[in-house]
Amino acid sequence: MTTAASRTPRRTPLTWVRRGGLSTLVFLLPMLIVFGVFSWTPIVESVVMSFQHTNLVTTPEFVGWANFAAVLADPTFWIAVRNTAYFAVLALIFGYPLPLIAAVLLSETRRMRGVYSVLAYLPVIILPVVAVLLWKVFYDASPNGVFNTILGWFGIPPQPWIQDATTAMPSLVLQATWAGAGATVIIYLAALRSVPPELYDAAEVDGASIWQKVWHVTLPQLRGILFITLILQITATAQVFLQPFLFTGGGPNNATTTILLLIYQYAFQNSLGGAYGKATALSLMLAVFLAVLSIVYFRITRRWSTE
Amino acid sequence: MKSPGKVLLAGAAVVATVGALAGCSSGSGGGGGDSKIHLVVAPVLPGATADALKALAERVKEFEKANPDIDVKAIEYQWTGTTFAAELAGGTLPDVFNVPFTDSKALANNGQLADITADFKKTSTADKWNKNVLNVATGDNGKIYGIPWGPYAMALSYNREIFQKAGLDPDKPPTTLDEIRQDAKTIAEKVPGVAGYMQMTKDNTGGWNLTTLTQSLGGRMERVGSDGKVTVTADNAQTKQGLEWLKSMRWEDDSMGSNFLFDWSGINQAFASGQVAMYMSGSDVIGSLMQANGFDQTKYGVTTYPLASGSDAGILSGGNVDVVNVKDSPEQIAAAVKWIDFYRTQPTVDKDAAVKNAQTLKAGNQAVNAPTLPVFDKATWQQNQEWIKPYANIPAANIAPFNTGIFSQQIVPEPPRHTQDLYNALDGVVQAVLTDRNADVDALLKGVDAKVQALIDADGK
Repeated sequence: MTTAASRTPRRTPLTWVRRGGLSTLVFLLPMLIVFGVFSWTPIVESVVMSFQHTNLVTTPEFVGWANFAAVLADPTFWIAVRNTAYFAVLALIFGYPLPLIAAVLLSETRRMRGVYSVLAYLPVIILPVVAVLLWKVFYDASPNGVFNTILGWFGIPPQPWIQDATTAMPSLVLQATWAGAGATVIIYLAALRSVPPELYDAAEVDGASIWQKVWHVTLPQLRGILFITLILQITATAQVFLQPFLFTGGGPNNATTTILLLIYQYAFQNSLGGAYGKATALSLMLAVFLAVLSIVYFRITRRWSTE
Repeated sequence: MKSPGKVLLAGAAVVATVGALAGCSSGSGGGGGDSKIHLVVAPVLPGATADALKALAERVKEFEKANPDIDVKAIEYQWTGTTFAAELAGGTLPDVFNVPFTDSKALANNGQLADITADFKKTSTADKWNKNVLNVATGDNGKIYGIPWGPYAMALSYNREIFQKAGLDPDKPPTTLDEIRQDAKTIAEKVPGVAGYMQMTKDNTGGWNLTTLTQSLGGRMERVGSDGKVTVTADNAQTKQGLEWLKSMRWEDDSMGSNFLFDWSGINQAFASGQVAMYMSGSDVIGSLMQANGFDQTKYGVTTYPLASGSDAGILSGGNVDVVNVKDSPEQIAAAVKWIDFYRTQPTVDKDAAVKNAQTLKAGNQAVNAPTLPVFDKATWQQNQEWIKPYANIPAANIAPFNTGIFSQQIVPEPPRHTQDLYNALDGVVQAVLTDRNADVDALLKGVDAKVQALIDADGK
């Protein structure tokens, strides 16, 4: 301790100021204030609110765990959990491998790669709300609907798309995958560029096929990125709101009511605004769940990564 | 190493940030540096035409001339369940705004509206009000929290042009549920791509429409016991009968089109664009169809919604209540009541105000004679109709089936407790019946009963 103290000069407020600590703080201050006011204050307030009954006008009343109990007792909550999990699984099956396949194919193409990349990324540029409203037109369940007309060319009968409890959720996932794939493709493309070409050359010398190159070189090299995009996708799908909100409003008969939509409904569906406590309680439950999931996930994948 | 310029720059950034944040927190308040009372009122829908806005400006000017100490700022506003709650919470509501009959009483009892009793009593029409109508704006403590206007009954709106295309007589609209079903089937067969009949299903409107259907058949979604205890009774014979009727049109006749997720504005849009021939609506919806959808009123027809026989059958009614921001000062509340009386009440009882208002609406191509219910009594209503007759822009024959039929219909109010929650729960039932041939109606309705009853019982604890 003494040697350490003798080596570094004594720190006083004056040296801190001299070394630019003050101007650092002053520069940091606007960000800290904005972050505190617009991020941390609402987070703390919502945690407090989850233990209250309030209509935001009259004095709130502390009710302990009553909001959490009310959420757990609500039959719609379990429907929403099931729907969200269903959305996540479908999105995982279709939405997770698709961008990877697209990226590998894109990186293999020699000509017009830029054009293909633009085409893949284009859906990301379209405003999400506009995209959903466009797809709502495509999903018109009448035989004259865009998708139903296309199906008709192949002799397939018209589908109900979002107008039926069984097809509604896959329809939402389809649109979400279309909308989100482009961004992930770009991440994978960038990652693929970082794979040393010598590895491929070596594999080629060993007589590896394209498939073997992908399996033994590309995927292991992308492992870190794949782990990250997977957890990012899981946390994003657990918070899906836009598609059910704009396409179906949670219908038909709650077939697409997700957790985030339920939070929104608790808070805003009733014009008397009674259930802000329940809404924040469910938000908190979701946040804690996702935090725990992320920690467990990183523990597990770290072990895999080091093996 | 610290340059004065750097510190100055950082300081400026801090000042700017703090200033911006301070700006966030400053409320609308009484505002202004003069001695006038400032009032923000919200009497027009967003997207109102330039003519309508100009006409509104005229009326504001007229009001300010009569009340030189009041400065009125009119903004566009549309009541929706979702945004209202957020705006109320965020404190961004105007001083005068409107809420539907369903919510005014509960908001008043929750302490979320200003008590206007003293100022209301000073208005010239204070003693003229029908107690039943004024009741929607009266709190449990007997105080007045708003002024009702534009009451309507649920009705059947239809497209006269599509009726003609299907070979139906637009002057003889259906008068029973069976006739609606028959006409819907004819329309679906003769005019492909058009839904013969449709109802709303989404964002609480599905429950609103289903409740209308139930009450028209003589059923009730909620019963109030002699001890005041409310029991949710969605699982009743009339609701099942209504759902059965919808089911037969959807699955046997295929006369309800292919879109079963409609909210209020969605179905108005579908009707205005000729995708739906008949739908359940408020009797005054032509006002919105003209203002928001540019619908040609000569194609519009409206009739009373069919009622079953029996003394329990009645038509669901609703309306608006102009209310005042609970955070307003006594001076602002007094000014607000003056404005509501001038803008909403006087045109129904005062000839000059009525004529001026009608001229204004006509000039802006807004509905002058949209069918509504009397605010005071039938005689006053008829007198008012005479005053505005020269300016009427909806053909009288198109709305005659409603106007002649409505006075023989019994008016039944909406279910009293947790109305929006009840409607929300019923949305799913209607959606299920229209999208699943094998929907288990009994189980769904029992689920609604249990869910909403739990909310009502929780209030009592």
